[in-house]
Amino acid sequence: MADVTNLRTAAEAGLSKLFEVARMQFPTGVSIAREEAFRYFEAVGLPSRRVEAFKYTDLRAALKEAAAPAESPAAEVVRAAVQDAKGFAGIEAVRLTFVNGHLDLGASDLDRVPGQVTITPLNDALANGDPLLDRLAPVAQTRENPIYQLNAAFMADGALIRVAAGAKVETPIHLRFIGTGSAAFSTATRVLAVVEEGAEVTILESHEGPDGIAYQPNDALDVVVADRARFHHTRLNTEGQAAVALSTISARLGAESHIETVNLVVGAVLSRHQIYLHFAGENATATVNGATMLGHGQLADSTLLADHAAVGGVSRELFKTVIDGDSTGVFQGKIIVEQIAQKTDGKMKSDCLLLSDDGQMMNKPELEIFADDVACGHGATCGALDDDLLFYLMARGLPKPQAESLLVQAFLGEAVEAVSHEGARAALISEVEAWLARRG
Amino acid sequence: MLEIKNLVVQIEDNRILNGLDLTVGDGEVAAIMGPNGSGKSTLSYVIAGKVDYEVLEGEILLNGENILEMGPDERAAAGVFLAFQYPLEIPGVGTMTFLKACLNAQRKARGEGELSTPDFIRKVNAAAETLEINRDMLKRALNVGFSGGEKKRMEILQMALLQPQFCVLDETDSGLDIDALRIVSEGVNALRAEGRSFLVITHYQRLLNHIVPDTVHVMSQGRIVKSGGKELALELEASGYAEYRASEAA
Ligand SMILES: Nc1ncnc2c1ncn2[C@@H]1O[C@H](COP(=O)(O)OP(=O)(O)OP(=O)(O)O)[C@@H](O)[C@H]1O
Ligand SMILES: [Mg+2]
Repeated sequence: MADVTNLRTAAEAGLSKLFEVARMQFPTGVSIAREEAFRYFEAVGLPSRRVEAFKYTDLRAALKEAAAPAESPAAEVVRAAVQDAKGFAGIEAVRLTFVNGHLDLGASDLDRVPGQVTITPLNDALANGDPLLDRLAPVAQTRENPIYQLNAAFMADGALIRVAAGAKVETPIHLRFIGTGSAAFSTATRVLAVVEEGAEVTILESHEGPDGIAYQPNDALDVVVADRARFHHTRLNTEGQAAVALSTISARLGAESHIETVNLVVGAVLSRHQIYLHFAGENATATVNGATMLGHGQLADSTLLADHAAVGGVSRELFKTVIDGDSTGVFQGKIIVEQIAQKTDGKMKSDCLLLSDDGQMMNKPELEIFADDVACGHGATCGALDDDLLFYLMARGLPKPQAESLLVQAFLGEAVEAVSHEGARAALISEVEAWLARRG
Repeated sequence: MLEIKNLVVQIEDNRILNGLDLTVGDGEVAAIMGPNGSGKSTLSYVIAGKVDYEVLEGEILLNGENILEMGPDERAAAGVFLAFQYPLEIPGVGTMTFLKACLNAQRKARGEGELSTPDFIRKVNAAAETLEINRDMLKRALNVGFSGGEKKRMEILQMALLQPQFCVLDETDSGLDIDALRIVSEGVNALRAEGRSFLVITHYQRLLNHIVPDTVHVMSQGRIVKSGGKELALELEASGYAEYRASEAA
């Protein structure tokens, strides 16, 4: 017994203590699930590199201390934070603003939600036993993920979004996450989007926060895409430079449904974005892209699980990583094709562009195929910028930094192009340009 | 305009240019002909500033100024232009984006203001029309999926837009059909002017029927071994390079 306790890190012990306090304060809904989630987490602990799924991203080493859950910030703090918020700022949208993980009604547009869409704050839903709560955690495999289970234990705020059958919602819903303050804190938010049969919606998600503060966001987006529904999702990680940012999107896909999810990463000293897709209905399609730009000291992990459990699913995954300085990129992608899922077509690719000699890219693609009539593949490339292309551009008058920028933009462009919302796509391109300009 | 003196160049310990001398005057069109592997493309890359080549001796003066210390972008801004023998495909970089970036970068380097978008588009459209370049091509990524001839036309379009002083055309005629050869040649001829000189590298006399050179130089084993007027090209067409190869061997 004594040995086991000794092996617990300060952060793990801290999380247990924090949970003891926090559990008393949450509304009662899902309290059993919370307890179970935390017990699971306690049993496995923070994953170290010895855990296969965290081989390249050692959370046990990275999280030295468990930061306390952030309090709900005062009104003037919210006002200042919202004023400075940049993520998807120019885009016409229905905004749900979370400051330090707390939904701020004053800074949100709950009063102008389009017809056929209902948005319920998570805490109201928990207090009232909202039936939509049954749709939380739509992908079974997340139950064996310590990051997701930590979120399930600590989720302090969030929202349930329901798009009625057949509704085509033009205006995107923007989940705006803003961190603020001068001391470390943690957040755990959970948003559930249920897109009912034949409906269509776009969700934008932006994350930003102060530089120099080791805050610890853990955000989860649960998605249920019903038969023939379409879900578009663009995510922007511009977290502060010292943040340790964990996130998960998990989606259950109905028959002939479609999901598009594109994640752009520039922020955080360490980030891990997890994508879980469960192809539950026949002929569902998914486009899952990532564009990551990393500089000195950063690590960004994109981990994907696509579980094809129905006939005819199509998934396309394209992850592009630009590595500068001594940064590390991680891509782990697993495609599972269950025995029943004949005619599955899954293609996964990870491309890396190395701008320095000190950086590294770790790729771990896996295919687990139990059906015989499928077309699945994966590929990975890694290389520096092409000198001949650089010469061509420079011979036309472009100074080297500009020539490099053009090629980096072209490299990332392939992943960003998939964003169907024009404004969101332009916003991602601006982020790429801004990153390149900072790089100089 | 351009003066090359005793240029000695190597790549990975292979000497490719062996004391090359060449002078191209203001407004002059000079043609270079020579056997495969004699160093013509190497010369064009060294003029444009490709880093792989090590210049051991000699200098290249553009209007009296040695350009060997300048980067390729600085040479471009100073007026050097190379139409590549094999133009490169650049996936993901839109042709218009590329053209605009180049034009404005050169203007900036010369202390001029940026071109407005309507002015830019007007210029591109005008140049594209003379070169019979399809508008759809301009919407695609640079050179991606273009035919060999289309790529060459795109090089000349860039030259027309950038209005350089010293233009090197490396086998611009290869890959062009008969009509395209005429169109491209007309494009080049339209740019002939007092303050602009050309170095035209080619294997065939037929290009020189369209772009009539002032001087013709024979290159062999990294040197200019004979120079003359436009009739020299006709002689070469008739007799080949045997004589020059022999003289080198002797
Ligand atoms: N990167 C390189 N490494 C080694 N040798 C090279 C390299 N580039 C060129 N060479 C050699 O230099 C010589 C001259 O090449 P270059 O391309 O300049 O010839 P060229 O006169 O343009 O020929 P062509 O008429 O076939 O276009 C050739 O023997 C070629 O193999
Ligand atoms: Mg050549």
